[in-house]
Amino acid sequence: MSILIYLIPIALFLGLLGLAAFIWSLKSGQYDDLDGAAQRILFDEEKTLTQDHDIPHS
Amino acid sequence: MGRSALSDNAQLHSSVNGNHDTQILSGYETLVEKTPEGLNTISVLVSGVYCAACIQKIEGSLSQEQDIILARLNFTTRRLTITWSGVPEQSNRYIHIIENLGYTVNPFDPQIWQEESKVEERFLLLCLGVAGFAMGNIMLLSVGLWTTTGETMGLATRELLHLISAAIALPTILFSGRPFFRSAIKALKGGHTNMDVPISLALILASSMSLFETINGGEHVYFDSAVMLTFFLLIGRTLDFRARKQARAGASDLLDTMTGFANVIEDGKVRRVLIRDLHENQYVRIAAGENFPVDGQIIEGQSEVDTSLVTGETLPRAIKPEDDVFAGTLNLSVPVTMVVSKPAKDSLLSEIVKLMEQAEQSKAIYVRLADRAARLYTPVVHTLAALAFLGWLFIGDLDWQAALMISITVLIITCPCALGLAVPVVQVLATGKLMKNGVLIKSGDALERLASIDTVLLDKTGTLTLGHPTLEGNPPQEALRLAASLAAHSRHPLSKAISQSYAGVLLETRQVQEHPGQGLEGVIDGKPVRLGSRAWCGDKNAPPSDMLELWLRIDNQTPIAFFFTDHLREDTCDCIEALKKASLTPIIVSGDRNHITQKIAKECGIERFYSEQTPPQKFQIMENLKREGHKILMVGDGLNDAPVLTGATVSMAPGTAIDMAQNAADIIFMGKKLMPVHTTYNTARLAQKLVKQNFTLAVLYNIIAVPLALSGLVTPLVAAIAMSGSSLIVIANSFRLKVIK
Repeated sequence: MSILIYLIPIALFLGLLGLAAFIWSLKSGQYDDLDGAAQRILFDEEKTLTQDHDIPHS
Repeated sequence: MGRSALSDNAQLHSSVNGNHDTQILSGYETLVEKTPEGLNTISVLVSGVYCAACIQKIEGSLSQEQDIILARLNFTTRRLTITWSGVPEQSNRYIHIIENLGYTVNPFDPQIWQEESKVEERFLLLCLGVAGFAMGNIMLLSVGLWTTTGETMGLATRELLHLISAAIALPTILFSGRPFFRSAIKALKGGHTNMDVPISLALILASSMSLFETINGGEHVYFDSAVMLTFFLLIGRTLDFRARKQARAGASDLLDTMTGFANVIEDGKVRRVLIRDLHENQYVRIAAGENFPVDGQIIEGQSEVDTSLVTGETLPRAIKPEDDVFAGTLNLSVPVTMVVSKPAKDSLLSEIVKLMEQAEQSKAIYVRLADRAARLYTPVVHTLAALAFLGWLFIGDLDWQAALMISITVLIITCPCALGLAVPVVQVLATGKLMKNGVLIKSGDALERLASIDTVLLDKTGTLTLGHPTLEGNPPQEALRLAASLAAHSRHPLSKAISQSYAGVLLETRQVQEHPGQGLEGVIDGKPVRLGSRAWCGDKNAPPSDMLELWLRIDNQTPIAFFFTDHLREDTCDCIEALKKASLTPIIVSGDRNHITQKIAKECGIERFYSEQTPPQKFQIMENLKREGHKILMVGDGLNDAPVLTGATVSMAPGTAIDMAQNAADIIFMGKKLMPVHTTYNTARLAQKLVKQNFTLAVLYNIIAVPLALSGLVTPLVAAIAMSGSSLIVIANSFRLKVIK
């Protein structure tokens, strides 16, 4: 059972790491625009669309 | 503030920057703020953004500009933030770039955006996150604790695991339980209780009892249950908050129409001024197709206004000098000049917003069924627990620890699990069932409120009827073709109706002129053609008709008439009939003229109707009915209905309603039928019945379990089985909603 002395702190540390990551993402505003991210994934890496001046759908 | 000096500066800069485009509109530099790093930043609302390509286009075009440091569009809030180095006046050019792409930009007023609700949402998410991570970690330990006994793992190990659980759970409950504790304290301070009081108490008791057990080396601790309860309750709380936040967006949407600029004429020059800064006696120029920014009086020009936003009337009203116009109405045909009679904050539109806010506040008084149950439940349970403690201590001769243990068991076994589930499970199932039928429920307790109504207020245009005039009968195709070719040049509702009923190819039309209040004139195939009123180009000797009409005159030939009506929805009469059968009283409240309202009321069999009502009058009718003790369902689709939609006991809007009304309503129904109003009412009644059965079941369970707990016979295992059993029964009963037709 002495393995617990290592395993429990490791488990807690990993958990806290996850929590810290969550708090960081919340503070940096990643939860402010939940719909935008789903759309941004469709962007091309190259900025090709920026030149055209199409009229957007209304 | 020297704004005019700044504007001149802006013009100067745009030419310095080598922009050869058409005139750049100034005014945005007044909204620019400085960041601590000395950069300029501006936030604007962009409308017309629907997909990824829009984000790409806007952000991409801006980031090609030299000084831009950041351009970011929030897709959820449609808010664009631009940061750049250089001078504030560059903002005008950036806005111009976006407008050139075809989007509409509105100045963003941070006062309107409720920063408050954003903070609240972050707080809930943070609590939820912390509870989630704590739950994951405690479960790791609990698997070990619940699958073996103390003898197998060794007592020292068990105590270690208990201690670690305590170290995770106690801070978590103190941190993540705050939404419940706060609400409970607030309720108690107000001298009543709500569902959060028993929840808070259960959390505090479960953790303090577990802590007591941990310190005394006891066998079972319940830190895991306490943290899990917190986590699940927080999920529900967060989802509920999001739904309500969307509903609240209503008021700010309306204000959007007042956040733009107005063209003020001063000393013969046009200057752009923020609408909120307009003051009395200023002259404002309003182009065709523009909204009137404030209330005022026409001083120059004759045009037609679409007042449907404010009065709900279908047909435009002709305006001439000295006529009053209201903020939010639309100038249809010719540019006019008005003089401001009231600043924006006192306009009729603002009055509607104020009424809505007022209504919103009075609505907060509604007490959910679950909270009403808690009001009965909490004192009873707490008295029982206190009696158990005193009884075992003085009559049963137990020591105080054992007596306290029994009293805590009483409190925990009546833990509001089943009671807490009774309402939400039914609501989730009912909402899902209605969603499949095209009815969207926006707030959790809307169904509960709907089940209690006895009066239905109905708007006429767009609710009982389809909301737009349609062409009657079958006019000759050739005449329709000519009329449609001409009508394509106008925004008048009757012109639109003609355009919609003609699907073929249009003829080339030259020299089109719109004569406000009269009609359209143009040249087709070398012949002058007129489309308009009877007095202007119609046959004055034709028998009068009570339908809406348009006349087409080609050259000097005999004019041809087109007739229009605003049709009732196909099932309006059936729906009214069904509502009456359910002993509800239907009443029409309309902004339209008396004889039209009367005709519609007669057609669908409604005895009571009010016509020619302004929005505040509509609101007054609802208030009076409420005062008489009636519970009201409002069904409406226009801005003029918005205050009543917000203030009524519960409200519904068709999917064709303006955004504003949809935001104000609790329930939205899709499709061209009115029957969903009745279907939703029926489902709400059924859901209410099931909720009451669930409460009965929960009470029955308590009648059996509480005496056992009082007698000290309940072991932790029995408590666990009894509690999950009661929850399962309640869930099973709720699922009957899916079976019952």
